[in-house]
Amino acid sequence: MKLDEFFVTGEPLVYGGMVSIVLVTSAVIFLLTYFKRWGWLWREWLTTVDHKKIGIMYILSALAMLFRGGMDALMMRIQLAFPNMNFLNAQHYDEIFTTHGTIMIIFMAMPFLIGLMNIIVPLQIGARDFAFPFVNALSFWSFFFGAMLFNISFVIGGSPDAGWTSYTPLSGAAMSPGPGQNFYLMGLQLSGIGTLATGINLMVTILKMRAPGMKLFKMPIFTWSTLVTCFIIIFAFPILTVALALLTIDRIFGSQFFTVTGEGMPMMWANLFWMWGHPEVYIVILPAFGIFSEVIATFARKRLFGYHAMVWSMILIAGLSFLVWVHHFFTMGAGAFVNSVFSVSTMLIAVPTGVKIFNWLATLYKSKIEFTTPMMWSLAFIPSFVLGGVTGVMLGMAAADYQFHNSYFLIAHFHYVLIAGTVFACFAGLEYWYPKMFGHKLNERIGKLAFWFFVIGFHVTFFPQYFVGLDGMPRRVFYIIPEWMPLNVISTVGAFGMGVGFAIFVFNIYYSYRNSEREKTGDSWDGRTLEWATPTPVPFYNFATVPHADKYDAFLDMKEKGETTFEEEKLEPIHMPSNTGQPIIMMAIAAFASFALIFEWITLAVIGLVGVLIMMGIRSFDYDEGYHVEVDEIKRIEREARGL
Amino acid sequence: MSAHELKSGPLEYRTQEGRMSILGFWIFLAAEVVLFSTLFATYAVLYGRTADAPVPGELFEPGIVLVMTFLLLTSSFTCGIAIHHMRRGSVKGLMTWLIITLILGLGFLGFEIYEFVHYSHEGATLQSSAFWSAFYTLAGTHGVHVTLGIGWAVLLLIQLAKRGLTTVTSRKVFIISLYWHFLDVIWIFIFTSVYLIGMVV
Ligand code: HEM
Ligand SMILES: [Cu+2]
Repeated sequence: MKLDEFFVTGEPLVYGGMVSIVLVTSAVIFLLTYFKRWGWLWREWLTTVDHKKIGIMYILSALAMLFRGGMDALMMRIQLAFPNMNFLNAQHYDEIFTTHGTIMIIFMAMPFLIGLMNIIVPLQIGARDFAFPFVNALSFWSFFFGAMLFNISFVIGGSPDAGWTSYTPLSGAAMSPGPGQNFYLMGLQLSGIGTLATGINLMVTILKMRAPGMKLFKMPIFTWSTLVTCFIIIFAFPILTVALALLTIDRIFGSQFFTVTGEGMPMMWANLFWMWGHPEVYIVILPAFGIFSEVIATFARKRLFGYHAMVWSMILIAGLSFLVWVHHFFTMGAGAFVNSVFSVSTMLIAVPTGVKIFNWLATLYKSKIEFTTPMMWSLAFIPSFVLGGVTGVMLGMAAADYQFHNSYFLIAHFHYVLIAGTVFACFAGLEYWYPKMFGHKLNERIGKLAFWFFVIGFHVTFFPQYFVGLDGMPRRVFYIIPEWMPLNVISTVGAFGMGVGFAIFVFNIYYSYRNSEREKTGDSWDGRTLEWATPTPVPFYNFATVPHADKYDAFLDMKEKGETTFEEEKLEPIHMPSNTGQPIIMMAIAAFASFALIFEWITLAVIGLVGVLIMMGIRSFDYDEGYHVEVDEIKRIEREARGL
Repeated sequence: MSAHELKSGPLEYRTQEGRMSILGFWIFLAAEVVLFSTLFATYAVLYGRTADAPVPGELFEPGIVLVMTFLLLTSSFTCGIAIHHMRRGSVKGLMTWLIITLILGLGFLGFEIYEFVHYSHEGATLQSSAFWSAFYTLAGTHGVHVTLGIGWAVLLLIQLAKRGLTTVTSRKVFIISLYWHFLDVIWIFIFTSVYLIGMVV
């Protein structure tokens, strides 16, 4: 392969991207060397198995991905603002909407939420780490390298361009030759393995490692949402694994699953993809529901209304989410009967969702609301998400969907649920738990400024899209006609408003790091659940003594009784797992193998695969049993953290 | 994370780590069930789509498949005996029966490879039609699982020889036995829904 086939050439924006990648990488390398931080980076971060640090790495990567996906979005909005724009050509536009969608769902929304789960769930249930800390590190690195693999495609080999849904036969070898689509397949495959492992890991953690006394129906609601999400992950992700594998075999080894020759069946991809894809949208919304529930209960200063109903509606949603996938292709000829069945099941989902909305409202009812930034995101979520849900039900009516399908109406629907649901929740969760992670709050005034820019920008961007959709503007076009211009201009203005909001949000991280008052207690918001019982920053073993938690809102109960997580007479040595470089090495080799497969260098891919197997063998022989933190050491750490 | 160890009960269940790993593996098997179900569904959907390639009824031979089934089912049985020996605390019995299990597994694999080579000589390859793509992928995925299982078990045999029976080694062996039985169950489904149906239709 010639070098100019390997690198993407001839595109000014891509050259700009290459230059900035080189610059940023050199700057990072320079800084690390100059400040002699390589050892620190390796010891403290790259080899860590601590769930809190892994969570922070997830969130940092997710923010970076939000930036990348956001740049894609702004470029699309510029191109669509006016008729006859020549900012992006058709090919480039196709690549950008593909990477935008894939990155936002797979490499932004999920990792952000998984990052929050990583940090918070063990703390909420009174555990000292995950059930399998090693596997947790493995999961993170598989996501990280999968994301890097996918992102590198725009400078090396060329980006995928068949949409985040990657429908066959378009995405097959005949119509999309070259490495682009392979980047999509392998990037998702690699990170998907990690997601599945995290699902299993968190499920075992929640089932087996709760504090004594904490029954399932006494768990904090965010932990419940995580448990239900894990269930969906475990039953949905293997479907994606198979779908991706089959398409990979089609493209690289010439099989005929989704081809139009050899009696292949392109429609089967749409089915497999959405059998995973619809549960996937619930994987990214249920944890968001959990976050909002926590935030609302805390700042309404009330017990969450209808806890049991909340939990059961999540379980119901999880079950139903597997029974609606056909609503994504009502128009592709399934027939009236099938469409009707799936239409009804789709509309059924609105019922448990509505139950949750009313429970949040009832929690707020007659409460003394404290308008902190996380609470503002939650309050903005409720009406915005209702708009998204109602239009979802409209789309769910099969007959009407013939009109809405693949138009900007659909685009507006899923951005109303994904941004007002998932993204608002990520921001709310990050700001809410930020003091727990870093020992200081994010500045409230700047936070609110970011909030207003983002929320108003969001509505300005997407509300007009419902109407331009009804006016007939289809999705995935790179030009507009003059009739659609006014609403599109508004949309673009709003998008830049969101961009400003995001920039302020990130600036706030820096500003607060410099200026915020440091937390002295661990209980920044007068919280209700166990994560607030530890000192801040959280000692690496989390709980010096694990509390007895037999009440809902366990920490509230502890505060009343005057208990802490540092009962000196009950101290015992704590067993902790050791750091290890194996996860990052194993996944780096897996990424190498995937990269080779993307370019169809089979020998290299096999060598990489053997490398991964060897790493697994090494792991099998690794009998490292971790170490113990002695009582004196615990006393010293706790006294210092608590200022005793 | 606690080091509290029970004094009685099966060795592999005595530590918290052991119990969690076993539960984790059961959940992993649930994910595997979904994975294979998806492959079975794919196979069912693409059934009969042989294009110009031979139809399965022309190629499938009851003899070989019966031998394969016999080998794998027996290996599941010997694997059970191995665990029985483990529970009795006999490392030697455990290792002997585990090795017998692996030999049976290798026999199964040998026949499967022979079968695949034979079919492709007859013009039914991965590339020749949607049906054959589905067939090779379904049976092949099972075969790859068996191969990995054999490699994994060999590593465990070395560890058993070095360390004897501990809470850790017994947990590992118990887990691989779950895996092995699982592959057997999958094979029964492949045998009936792929081979038996393929032969009569
Ligand atoms: C009341 C609940 C909901 C209903 C009834 C609903 C219904 C629908 C329907 C019928 C479609 C397909 C429309 C078409 O292609 O013509 C759709 C698309 C979509 N929905 Fe929803 N939805 C709901 C909630 C959600 C949530 C909570 C999310 C994610 C957080 C979500 C994300 C999406 C996405 C990403 C798509 C479009 C995918 C694509 O084609 O690229 N939806 N929804
Ligand atoms: Cu859906």
